Amino acid sequence: MQGSAGKDYLTIIVFGAALIWLLPMVENTYTLTILIIYGMLGLSLGLIWGFGGILCFGQGAFFGLGAYTYAIAAINFGESTVPMLLAVIIPAIFAAILGAMMFYGRLTEVYLGVITLVVTLILFKFINSTAGPQYVIGDARLGGYNGIPGFQTLNVPGDPGAYLWGDSYYYVCAVALLLVYLLVTWLLRSSFGRIALGIRENETRISLMGYDVAARKTVLFAIGAAIAGLAGALFASWGEIVTPTLFSMAQSAEIIIWCIVGGLGTRFGPILGAAGLAYMKFLLGQQSLVDNTLITGLILVLFVLFLPKGIVPALARFYRAVLGNGSPGKRKNTHRIRRATNG
Amino acid sequence: MAETVLETSSLTMRFGGVTACDNVDFKLQARELRCLIGPNGAGKSTFFKCVTGLLSPTEGNVYMRGDEVTGWQPHQIASLGVGIKTQTPNVMDSLTVSENIWLAARRFHSVIDSNAKVAEVIDRLALGSIAKTDLGQLAHGERQRVELGLVTVGDPWLVLLDEPAAGMSAKDVERMTVIIEELLTRSAVIIVEHDMQFIRSIARDVTVFHQGAVLMEDHVDAVMSDQTVRNVYLGKKA
Repeated sequence: MQGSAGKDYLTIIVFGAALIWLLPMVENTYTLTILIIYGMLGLSLGLIWGFGGILCFGQGAFFGLGAYTYAIAAINFGESTVPMLLAVIIPAIFAAILGAMMFYGRLTEVYLGVITLVVTLILFKFINSTAGPQYVIGDARLGGYNGIPGFQTLNVPGDPGAYLWGDSYYYVCAVALLLVYLLVTWLLRSSFGRIALGIRENETRISLMGYDVAARKTVLFAIGAAIAGLAGALFASWGEIVTPTLFSMAQSAEIIIWCIVGGLGTRFGPILGAAGLAYMKFLLGQQSLVDNTLITGLILVLFVLFLPKGIVPALARFYRAVLGNGSPGKRKNTHRIRRATNG
Repeated sequence: MAETVLETSSLTMRFGGVTACDNVDFKLQARELRCLIGPNGAGKSTFFKCVTGLLSPTEGNVYMRGDEVTGWQPHQIASLGVGIKTQTPNVMDSLTVSENIWLAARRFHSVIDSNAKVAEVIDRLALGSIAKTDLGQLAHGERQRVELGLVTVGDPWLVLLDEPAAGMSAKDVERMTVIIEELLTRSAVIIVEHDMQFIRSIARDVTVFHQGAVLMEDHVDAVMSDQTVRNVYLGKKA
């Protein structure tokens, strides 16, 4: 068990490092950075939805909250280390409170979706209406629909003058995603993660075993929000401005589409779905022949119809079908891969 | 020796105008086997749900090992060391048999002990050949057996089984009987059951429910030969 875990982590690090090294050869790092940030956001929903069964329609709220927290704190502190930490902690606390209300209130899945959606809309409306000078946190004006520009972007911890930007910012974000990925892998292998999977499968059974389902879902929800918050902070530092559109419905809906297209119940699927669709949107944005939301919608429909489990599970199945007919040893090996992607 | 592990006093559950459970006083001793029988709608399952925390009783109290547990959540009841199997199979379909049992074991044991416990239960219930199979692919009887495995892996002192023999083949029922006999060396067991054949083969004392209340409580043979019970089961006026 220990050995196979170590091998898993090593594989992730090797593949991750190779991707981080190779990708700048095909695309500029500025574009890659945003794809990585979206990948992290996709992973945050992929974790709570794919492995915990919590369908959150407002994952964008935690992303936006992370971005705003970072922007406001960066203006007040004039450096980026504490704001980064706050951007992780505040969405997590917000999610823990919201989650506790929903899960201890024993809401069914539909109402969970409605509430998370409405919370996102409330935040959107609220931030949009904060244009007046009375909406100030410390030195930072919330700025309403204009957003907050001109805050301190990411710097080397302890040296506010040493900005991390361009290529180095790409590497920071890529390593951050790799670390989050490793963390998620570790979490899913832990008892907590295995029980979360049990909750996804059958909540009643897990509670009849004596586990406090509401508490566990709340913690998982908060972890997902923390990851989304980190992605939001990285996004703020990349874009150098935060605006209320971060809280828009379109943003939250897109995250769900990423997860479906990439493959729910896998760790890599949501990242691939996010980066892939965001890149496609970027390419389509360079022409004016077709509207790109139309294409995104079309892709979602096609996937739901023809590849409902998403890309990564389909690839895994294909891989098994091709390699699975080999020797018994190989078969055992692919079985383990399947277990790894499922769990 | 005869410690009372479960007691209810005037337990009542109303759904709107319907009284599904009416003033039930019930006592169960340690390592006792009790079967709850009665026609459809007699209140057996409602009583079961009130005891396990799936429902919160309208009136009355539930005590376990002397502590009041009325209105507790199912997970709190289960944490006391109570194994619960609901009427419909409640298992994790896309996880393997051993993972299902492991999750149950992990609640009461460390990771290493859980692994050992899983091996032990798989051995005891003869699940070795299907240990790595997903539950969703198994036959009904096997699923029931696995669920019994995850109910008992935490070494409960009280086991509550709602219709454990439902839909099982004669051979599976026989196996189930052996498992329950073995359970009784360590825990008290309550079985809610319809299958009279099964009841006859294992039961000692039986509690008969009728229209939400306890009709009689006696040894199985006495109950079976009782005219009132027969009438109730045949749908005649008692």
